[in-house]
Amino acid sequence: MPKVKMARKSTTIDMTAMCDVAFLLLTFFMLATKFKPEEPVTVVTPSSINTKLLPDSDVIMFTVDTKGRIFFSMDGQPKRKKMIEDLNSQFKLGLDQKAMNNFIVGASVGTEIKNLKAYLDMKAEERKASGLETGIPSDSANNELSTWVNYARTAQGGNPRLQYCIKADNGTPYPKIKEIMQTFKDLKIQKLNLVTSLESIPPGTAAALANAGTAPAKKSE
Amino acid sequence: MAEMDTSSSGAGKKHQGTKSKKLSTRVDMTPMVDLGFLLITFFMLTTTMSKPKTMDLIMPKDTKDEKEQNKVKESTALTILLGKNNRVYYYAGLAQDPNASANPDFFKATSFANKNGIRDVLIKKRDEVAQLRNAKGEPEDVVVIIKANDDATYKNFVDILDEMAINRIQRYAAVDISDQDKQWIRQTETANTGGAQ
Repeated sequence: MPKVKMARKSTTIDMTAMCDVAFLLLTFFMLATKFKPEEPVTVVTPSSINTKLLPDSDVIMFTVDTKGRIFFSMDGQPKRKKMIEDLNSQFKLGLDQKAMNNFIVGASVGTEIKNLKAYLDMKAEERKASGLETGIPSDSANNELSTWVNYARTAQGGNPRLQYCIKADNGTPYPKIKEIMQTFKDLKIQKLNLVTSLESIPPGTAAALANAGTAPAKKSE
Repeated sequence: MAEMDTSSSGAGKKHQGTKSKKLSTRVDMTPMVDLGFLLITFFMLTTTMSKPKTMDLIMPKDTKDEKEQNKVKESTALTILLGKNNRVYYYAGLAQDPNASANPDFFKATSFANKNGIRDVLIKKRDEVAQLRNAKGEPEDVVVIIKANDDATYKNFVDILDEMAINRIQRYAAVDISDQDKQWIRQTETANTGGAQ
């Protein structure tokens, strides 16, 4: 005897599709992003309309925080190794292998050269508390910034793609920036890159009009 | 939460008592989804998406040689001073004449605001100068002299360089501030605070 069966609706939902979406997003984020680089100080860069990307490699970067402390960083472990060996022998710092390794794998460094040994002996977390993190001096009496630039340049070995970047905070006082620019000028380095974040071009201005104008013009060429 | 979907076999159980229970092949995906979203959250928080951009800054060579130095005409120049609290001061020309400030309209203050700020001043000056003709009969280019006072911040400096890019001003230079300029800024500041009180 046929009996009419009422189909009871299940409350469980098929999660397979959602799972697919979740892992698709996960894969996207893993591939499209990279880990935030370790920074000793947080720096909020000003924004500009420039769209030129900061290159990943061949960069000597000087980070300047709100108080005007300068930190040095450079990519490439072999280059960092050469640089710290040069600094060690030139200034007779007496760094051991462990301290040098700290420099090679570590993030930015910002201290006076005479404190470099004590600074590198510490772990990154301890440096902040130690009070040695005073930044690289750049005043004309004791301009260690030019020393760092020189040694970094030597370690890069005449790399033609080498770029000097300055990443300074919104609140960095201008005289500090002037000092840095003067240091680079004295070293006959005329081209600097200022790290900025992106901002949209204000509508109606010359740059906006030029941008709108170049798009079709390029096509006709 | 973690249960098998057995709803189809449950309804007719009384009549199918002898039948062996059919095991469902469906697996509960909820924990896996949880894990997936947890990892997404982790990656979103620990990674950077937008790469920083850079602004090229090409500095002039320091030259003592008079012949190599560029001369700027008084009529095509606009001097911009950066003061504290994001204030911007400007005047036309190079102020080689120290008595120029006798004219109350000479030294003016403005801001980085999008409307009625330094941008409008730059656009006005640029278009004015474009009307002028040089000795060869070509349109003149405005030359912007940027002088930042000691209490200006890096943001002000980048902002003003950005204004040059926004307004497509090709010729500009960052120059050290003179004592005369500093004095004018101080005078304007005291005049402004005095007026407000």
